[in-house]
Amino acid sequence: MSVLAVSNLAKRYHRGGKPFAAVDDVSFEIGPAETLALAGPSGSGKSTIARLVLRLIEPDAGRIDFEGADFLALSGAALRARRARLQMVFQDPLAAFNPRATVARVLDDPLRIHGLASRAERPRHIAALLERVGLDPALAARAIHEISGGQRQRVAIARAIATRPSLIVLDEAVSALDVSVRAQILELLLDLQRQERIAYLFISHDLGVIRAVAHRVVILDAGRIAESGDARAVIVNPQSAIGKALVAATPRLTRNRP
Amino acid sequence: MTALLWIRDLSVRYRHDGVEVPALKGISLDVKAGERLAIIGESGSGKSTLALAVAGLLARGAVIAGTIEWSARQLQESHSVTPERQPSAVDGNQTPLLGRDIGFVFQDPSSSLDPVMPVGRQIAEVVRTHLKLSWRDSCTKAKTLLERIRLPHPDSAFHTYPHQLSGGQKQRVAIAAAIAAGPKLLIADEATSALDTIVQAEIVALIRRLVAEDGMTLLFISHDIALAAALADRIVVLRHGELIELGETDQILNAPRHAYTRALLDAHLGLDAEPLLDRRGASA
Amino acid sequence: MSRLRRFFRTPEAIVGALILALLAAMALAAPLLFPGDPQAIAGPALLPPFQDWSLPLGTDRLGRDVLAELFHGARTSLAVGLAAAAAALLIGAVVGTLAGFAGGLVGEVLMRITDAFQTVPSFLLALAFVSVVGPSLGVVVTAIALGAWTGPARVARAEVLSIRERDYVAGARVVGMHPLEIAFREVLPNALPPVLALSSVIVAAAILTEAALSFLGLGDPNRVTWGGMIAEGRTVLRTAPFLSVVPGIALVLTVLGVYLAGEGVVESTAVRRSLS
Repeated sequence: MSVLAVSNLAKRYHRGGKPFAAVDDVSFEIGPAETLALAGPSGSGKSTIARLVLRLIEPDAGRIDFEGADFLALSGAALRARRARLQMVFQDPLAAFNPRATVARVLDDPLRIHGLASRAERPRHIAALLERVGLDPALAARAIHEISGGQRQRVAIARAIATRPSLIVLDEAVSALDVSVRAQILELLLDLQRQERIAYLFISHDLGVIRAVAHRVVILDAGRIAESGDARAVIVNPQSAIGKALVAATPRLTRNRP
Repeated sequence: MTALLWIRDLSVRYRHDGVEVPALKGISLDVKAGERLAIIGESGSGKSTLALAVAGLLARGAVIAGTIEWSARQLQESHSVTPERQPSAVDGNQTPLLGRDIGFVFQDPSSSLDPVMPVGRQIAEVVRTHLKLSWRDSCTKAKTLLERIRLPHPDSAFHTYPHQLSGGQKQRVAIAAAIAAGPKLLIADEATSALDTIVQAEIVALIRRLVAEDGMTLLFISHDIALAAALADRIVVLRHGELIELGETDQILNAPRHAYTRALLDAHLGLDAEPLLDRRGASA
Repeated sequence: MSRLRRFFRTPEAIVGALILALLAAMALAAPLLFPGDPQAIAGPALLPPFQDWSLPLGTDRLGRDVLAELFHGARTSLAVGLAAAAAALLIGAVVGTLAGFAGGLVGEVLMRITDAFQTVPSFLLALAFVSVVGPSLGVVVTAIALGAWTGPARVARAEVLSIRERDYVAGARVVGMHPLEIAFREVLPNALPPVLALSSVIVAAAILTEAALSFLGLGDPNRVTWGGMIAEGRTVLRTAPFLSVVPGIALVLTVLGVYLAGEGVVESTAVRRSLS
């Protein structure tokens, strides 16, 4: 059974008085412990889909089933409770946290809101979460703006896994990181997926990264699905025009390997 | 090849809350006339500081040591129309003028374009300021430039405002403004980082073509080693403000001397690299 | 602490802080230096200043000690000014945050109410309110706050509208945080700086409004106020001008001090913002 099933999703916006379809008749499924990548140029609807799936914005049409239940039917307290199972990591880890927050507060929120640990137990849980993502528990006392970009993204991942979700939406989660840090974060994500069987909706414009971590890929163009399939098969032999253009535009490192 | 500029023992420190933070530590390198030189590094490597230092754009709080000397002959060759030049008080060399001798393209085109002026006029202003042409001739030259950067509908493009253009089109206009006065050196500081893959490839192709057509020297600042390698003749690798390695692109890619360069190359996730999923599968 | 140093960098801020410190000292010292009732008769009526050193600023028509009245009046002015400004900022910040964060119908209704309050001149509103309810310190504070909260509400709403779209608010929703907690714990604290920048103007206006109400006889009759002192001196303005001039100068200095100190605060936070 799929963790997430999206069918015929649509979202229209008005730009300069004219309606335009940001997302148009998009359907896909993600299974447990699977990584599905959404690729496409800017304006193709990747991030809109992420926000629709997370109910940060509401679709004009379509259906979202999460863990076998109609996710769009939920509202109020029921929706907030369900959010524990569906988390997100943003592109810019600095913008994703309250500028006044400390690491401890950021990790305390999900534990407190979903009643996962009593007030007395929470510091221990926070320390365990930090260790889980490869950070020193002493970091808990630091302000978010004091730690490095890579550490911040680890804290973001710790917050996302605090509520033991079955799906995490990663919206360009490694795009702003240095290549060396990026590799470590991707390793961490793969580790978590293997151990906790988390599914990822992996949004990226970088086919190299997608090829490295995704099982399947959906390539979007102007809000519609251009093609989809096994990540490596699609990238090796794209069928759609936009798929071919994306592959052709990806910079290649031509090294004469020994 | 003769050098366009010599950078000798360049150090830059920024003052931050009363503490001086080093951004560049004793960088020495020659930029050859007509070459495409890429400067790569991760955040905090000092690559943008180096670009700003060459362009003379460093913030006033920056403490600069060392010298950047420009070849008088190379600068003269670029403009026959500008006879009057001020010799620099510091080293007796000629001081290049930003906009006329150096074109600078920033990462975010929105911040370098005036939002309330049609793009054609913005380019024409650069032409008039630096080439001392009449407004009519400046506009004609601006129109030619808009054709060269291949905006759709170059005739109406002259009168469009930046907000009517896409990110890639804005960057094209910013490039047109940067090369409008026929500079000898074009500096592109992460000029494609805010753009998606396809537009990035188009902008890189545009820069490559314009640099070749005008015989410009290119300083290409990037965090992406593959992108830099696709464009540059030589590559400079910076890390924590220090020059780690400088070499021909081919040598950097295939025979890197420094472990850090190798690590950067290995961390690159290209379309031909071994997927992490597989590495994991093999080890688990 | 570096923030404090930045605050004291401009001469305006130093002068403003000095005036406010002096005023606060006067207010705090009033019951110690002049323990008795300031409205009690202390000597002959209409004694000019600097005649009798036990009554340095002389006495008014009823023989009350002007210096004692001035000190006790500082208490009223400061208390009313600060309380009314605090109430106005609190109401404004809460209404503005709710209007900006909720949007939709709730936001529209709240902003139309704000408009309604803003169209009535705030002094007339205060005048009407006190006339109907009756003069007492609490009523005066409420009356002034009623006319002053709309500015902070507008600023808070504008700020919240921009903060609302930031990633970290989306992040708080994804974590499952209640909308009210997001509004008041995540958004409001980050929207406060520009709202607080209004506080000096509001405090100064509140002090002036209180004085004006007292001048018209609508102040708390059981307390000495500067406005009341000016009104009291008005009848003998030709013969004993000092009775109106002394509290008038105190009023002018207070408002000046509040403005200057407020400028200093705005200046120091502006530097901070541009640095970050």
